Amino acid sequence: MVEVLKTGLYDTIQDLGRLASQEFGVPISGVMDRYSAALANSILGNPSNAAVIESVVMGPHLKFKSNTVICVSGAEMNVTLNAKRLKNNVMYSVNTGDVLKFNKLSNGCRSYLAVFGGFQTEVQMGSRSMYKDVTRNYILNTGDVISILDRSETKIVSKRRKSRLFSSIKSNQSHFEASELEVFRGPEFENLDSRQQNKLFNTAFLISKDSNRMAYQFDQNIENSLKGMITSVVLPGTVQLTPSGKLIVLMRDCQITGGYPRILQLTENAVNKLAQKISGSNITFKSII
Amino acid sequence: MDFELTYRRFSERSILVEWPQEIHEDILEDMLFYKNSILNFSDKSIVQVNSAYCSMLIIYESTIDNINDEFLSLKRHYLKRNITKKMKSKLFKIPVCYDEEFGLDLKAISEGKKIAISELIRQHSEPVYTVFFIGFLPGFLYLGGLNKGLHFPRKKCPRLQIKKGAVAIGGEQTGIYPNESPGGWNIIGNSPIALFLPKKKEPCFAKPGDQIKFIPISKTEYNAVAQKIEQGTYIIESEVIDG
Repeated sequence: MVEVLKTGLYDTIQDLGRLASQEFGVPISGVMDRYSAALANSILGNPSNAAVIESVVMGPHLKFKSNTVICVSGAEMNVTLNAKRLKNNVMYSVNTGDVLKFNKLSNGCRSYLAVFGGFQTEVQMGSRSMYKDVTRNYILNTGDVISILDRSETKIVSKRRKSRLFSSIKSNQSHFEASELEVFRGPEFENLDSRQQNKLFNTAFLISKDSNRMAYQFDQNIENSLKGMITSVVLPGTVQLTPSGKLIVLMRDCQITGGYPRILQLTENAVNKLAQKISGSNITFKSII
Repeated sequence: MDFELTYRRFSERSILVEWPQEIHEDILEDMLFYKNSILNFSDKSIVQVNSAYCSMLIIYESTIDNINDEFLSLKRHYLKRNITKKMKSKLFKIPVCYDEEFGLDLKAISEGKKIAISELIRQHSEPVYTVFFIGFLPGFLYLGGLNKGLHFPRKKCPRLQIKKGAVAIGGEQTGIYPNESPGGWNIIGNSPIALFLPKKKEPCFAKPGDQIKFIPISKTEYNAVAQKIEQGTYIIESEVIDG
């Protein structure tokens, strides 16, 4: 068990999401940055779909009531275990009574905490990813107690740990530093005139504070003269242009359909990179075709 | 009849197929035939097919290396689709209470359209609506067939909280909010039935191609239905439609 002593800004349980529930209007959800979450899970030898805690900008304080091994990846939140400073992307043993604290953010935006075997919360529609009206809660709350596997099952891992195999991996810094996001041209891209197209690829867009798990937005606008369209399909990474000229990049909790012109589509890696950008940082789009 | 479809890469792992851009039941039917053909006969590389009014997104397990090969394979599935076998669809009768207590915007629409509230209710509960797809919120049915006389623009300032079960009109569309949510549609009534039950194997009772008819009920009947739903004894009235 793990008890939430104090919540961060927006802590959720996430795995790789719901891949077969879109026909019911249910978003895919899942970890915002699949690259970092996969790193944390792989360091512990977990399956890639093991559930982790995703925290944004400010993480939680947690008290362990079981023995396990943990790994933190993604944003640097200067995590401490009983006041001892931990490194990202390294496996650590944790004992009953230990307190893990996420502290001040110094790099990236979202951090991932993996435990051996993943967090054992309720599975709804094939996933543990929290989402309103699908799972009982949509965020972690102070006082929540989350199930994890107990020591007997983690013994295997401590053996692994002694062998020092894969117990730490150096993460790729360009994942956090690169401001260029690779994109495909969207279905309605050709409807933009050449001036709008140029502006799209030659503007440093400033991420606005209205950015969350559903969508990222920017401070700059692109003048929009496109006709309206019939509601069509979208994916995480779809860049929509609203009638007022705002650009919206859909993220993991986005709806499955949308009625705004889809002018770009981020690559999967670009979605992961964007998930590590905090409001106030700049990004540019780079066409890969 | 074969439609002229366009195919394009949407992302590393997905292909967008588009029908002529209009909302029409023939397109919906064609899309459902095509979707079945893909889901029944393609290899395991396709993990998911999402659809809207006249477009379909085909999602693959891994990056599509040769996009033209995949286009060809999809086109073969289109030609092989079974258009002779009518798909079984159902007509569901959904009780709606148009009481003023629920219908917060009945008066505004009645004044805007210059029609009596009773006439508005009659026009809303008269047609048989077609379910095109489910989206916006889990369990939210996109319905086609709203009477033109009831088309009414969305509210300029969306409500922060719309009640679960609210029946509403937004532009040329009508729908039911499956759960409490913010929203900009005009509310005309409320249905006590559950539209989204995530714990069930079939979380939504209706699927694309099914039909919906709204049955006006009084507040007393509404309470009776709500009580039955709570006890788990309510069954939505439905009939199988022969295609």
